[in-house]
Amino acid sequence: MTAAEKAKAPPIDVPRDGPDLTGDKLAAALEATWMRPPGLIGWLSSVDHKDIGRRYIITALTFLALAGALAVAMRMQLSKPDNDLIGAARYDEIFTMHGTTMMFLFAVPVMQGMQIYLTPLMVGTRNMAFPRLTAFSYYMYLAGGCLLWVSFILNMGPDVGWFAYPPLSGPQYGVGKGPDVWAQMITFTEVAGLAVAVTLVATILKQRAPGMTLARMPLFVWTTLVVSLMVIFALPSVALASGMLLSDRLVGTQFFNPAERGDALLWQHLFWFFGHPEVYIIFLPATGFLSEIIPTFCRRSIFGYPIIVMSVVATAILAFGLWVHHMFATGLPRIGYSFYTAASMSVSIPTGLQLFCWIATIWQGRPRFEVPFLYVIAFIFTFVIGGLSGVIIAAVPLDLQLHDTYFIVAHLHYVLIGGAVFPLLGAITYWYPKFTGRMLSDALGKIAFWLIFLGFQLAFFPMHLSGLLGMPRRVYTYPAGMGLELPNMLSSIGSLVVSAAVLLFVLNMLLSLKAGRIAPPNPWAAPSLEWATTSPPPPYNFPHIPVVESRTPLWDSPETLPVVHGLRVEHRELLLTSVLAAGPETREPSAEPSPWPFISAAAVTVMFISSMFSPWAVLIGAVPATIALIAWFWPKSALPHPEPVIS
Amino acid sequence: MTLPPTFTEDVAELPTHGFSYRSLTWWGVIGFMVIEGTAFVLTVAAYFFLMSHEESWAPRPWLPPNAIAGTLFTLVILASEFPNTVIKKAANAYDVATVRRLLPLMVAVGVVLLVIRGFEFNSLNVLWYDNAYGSIIWTLLLLHTTHIATDWVDTVVLWALMRTPHGEEPRRLVDTDENSLYWRFVWLAWLPIYLLIYWVPRFFR
Repeated sequence: MTAAEKAKAPPIDVPRDGPDLTGDKLAAALEATWMRPPGLIGWLSSVDHKDIGRRYIITALTFLALAGALAVAMRMQLSKPDNDLIGAARYDEIFTMHGTTMMFLFAVPVMQGMQIYLTPLMVGTRNMAFPRLTAFSYYMYLAGGCLLWVSFILNMGPDVGWFAYPPLSGPQYGVGKGPDVWAQMITFTEVAGLAVAVTLVATILKQRAPGMTLARMPLFVWTTLVVSLMVIFALPSVALASGMLLSDRLVGTQFFNPAERGDALLWQHLFWFFGHPEVYIIFLPATGFLSEIIPTFCRRSIFGYPIIVMSVVATAILAFGLWVHHMFATGLPRIGYSFYTAASMSVSIPTGLQLFCWIATIWQGRPRFEVPFLYVIAFIFTFVIGGLSGVIIAAVPLDLQLHDTYFIVAHLHYVLIGGAVFPLLGAITYWYPKFTGRMLSDALGKIAFWLIFLGFQLAFFPMHLSGLLGMPRRVYTYPAGMGLELPNMLSSIGSLVVSAAVLLFVLNMLLSLKAGRIAPPNPWAAPSLEWATTSPPPPYNFPHIPVVESRTPLWDSPETLPVVHGLRVEHRELLLTSVLAAGPETREPSAEPSPWPFISAAAVTVMFISSMFSPWAVLIGAVPATIALIAWFWPKSALPHPEPVIS
Repeated sequence: MTLPPTFTEDVAELPTHGFSYRSLTWWGVIGFMVIEGTAFVLTVAAYFFLMSHEESWAPRPWLPPNAIAGTLFTLVILASEFPNTVIKKAANAYDVATVRRLLPLMVAVGVVLLVIRGFEFNSLNVLWYDNAYGSIIWTLLLLHTTHIATDWVDTVVLWALMRTPHGEEPRRLVDTDENSLYWRFVWLAWLPIYLLIYWVPRFFR
């Protein structure tokens, strides 16, 4: 049969899901098709978005614990004046590792892990768009994280701060391999982050359940779409900058060397063109969590859905126009000061709109104060303080006074912990039954919540005061008699409380894995599709692909789930729908498990790490990487199947 | 218990492939084009940022690049769009024979372009470590070269695959269509880079 005839051929006669193949028989057939192979190789070959999402989340939480331990070490050093627990050089390494790990190895990956796990379930499909690319991204992320931490353990960690400004990080002052490790860790995590972003965009635009128009998408999926587009536009900037830094250090380019007409400010522009959107890449998924949690626990649909969507989009666009406010102290034209001050303040408008929509939803609903909802309240309280201190430092005269002081440290922790980590902890509590099939302990959850919330305020509120008193950030100690003793001691005690609380949260996760109450499919009586399947979901997510007729499908059709049918069950197949209206369009195969993403990631890892030592490693290392990528793509059967299969 | 299903539409009759925005991989290709396009735009921004510090560009006493190799490269890559379009149209018409016949031509074009590119590096009149101007010129050319090289490997693999029985699969013609689309991105991205490397350093001396 020619290609033209094949293109018009009717569907072949193979088992397909439908009224004749449903229930247990269908479940058994789909299980056999979609299960990952057994053993270690099977584990490494898994392309199930739930496996990969879970790995992302667990790895990111491990990095959170490591970076958190460093934070406690810093707080112990700063608990009293003229302390000599940690020396200046080690302290530099520790704050660099803390910031770098939190931003690149915890905050972005944990959000992407949640997105990878939840998005296919929320849009009603069987797997991600490019599941092998998603698997590849995880191994790249893991390799980048290991590179950074193994280097730190081997005493060659970076000590140049999480934004690695040259000339400090350049060839002249950045001695040793630390800055190279930092820059190459960026390459790893950016490759991973970009791969995930593309995959999520394709999944959201093409794999939504029939009837799930853009205007019916869950708000978490909206934030995932917008944030993935932000990743696509922002991450190339830091990848380019870190590439330039590496080449300045390794092959003698002069990008950041003023003696040869380069400019250190070029680094700051490129870094913050990424770095500012990065804040919203971390924050907006958290707003997505809130927009899912609030309606469920208030028992009414979200107030102002279109306003929230437009606010998310507006925040994303504005986020690309603010980067210069990180550079107010570098000396700018006066018009630049005015423009970036106005732009920085204006971003509070869409965020404020979202906040009012959430408050209106709570106001009109009947809130149940369960643990996920408590984190919502903690978010509103904390984020408003962080947002207001942000508006304060958007004003140039104040910023010049407060720049590089502990006031900034307080502000960024209020927005990042209050704005992203609190919603994340609420989200983990909320979706834990879906992830594991068990409920988290309510009592432990509430104790951990109050300790985290109050411990956080104790740790970070005094930093506003130490900053106003003039304490610069990133100093390893301070003299006595300047009024800094009390705020620092309070911050240090607070950090211990937060650590104990996070340990309690993790303990709850571990204990509930075995001892938690068994979770039904929809334990919170929530309205979105991920709650239509079992907890935890089977490898194929849904026996039949659901059909969506409203924004809150499970509330509007509580007795039955409308579905389409006719997908193959003996091979992996997805239903693709149109971008806007989500009308059924094509059936496409989904990739089977494969070890090649892992092998490719290993080859690329060797190339990236050895290229820190010689530029030739890029050329030589590209050969095995290319071979692995070709093997990944190449069909594994000599003859094509009657209907397409990605083997 | 999960909710019992109510069956609506049967989707078995739907096709198992689609071209352009109907294809999943098309969205992947577009995504990576946007990423790479953003990287190009930011490199261009860095170019103008560094240029703004100079009184003349190329900075004296460095001479602007010799434009012969670069111009030849531009002419060849523009001409390559003819076979590229024929391949793209043939893929859309399920004409496997034409695709099989013309893909080796695109492979050959890639080889020619890579050879000319070697001469381009040799005609820049500045080395990457001489100054920031040299660094940014080399970066632009190197970034674009990685695109030529990766697309060349892509085309070789596609050519090999299309020669097998898998070549008769409609989905492989979708791959071919998207490979041609990517090639358009590669040469379109080259045009502003060509101006920035060879002509802007002449106009602003």
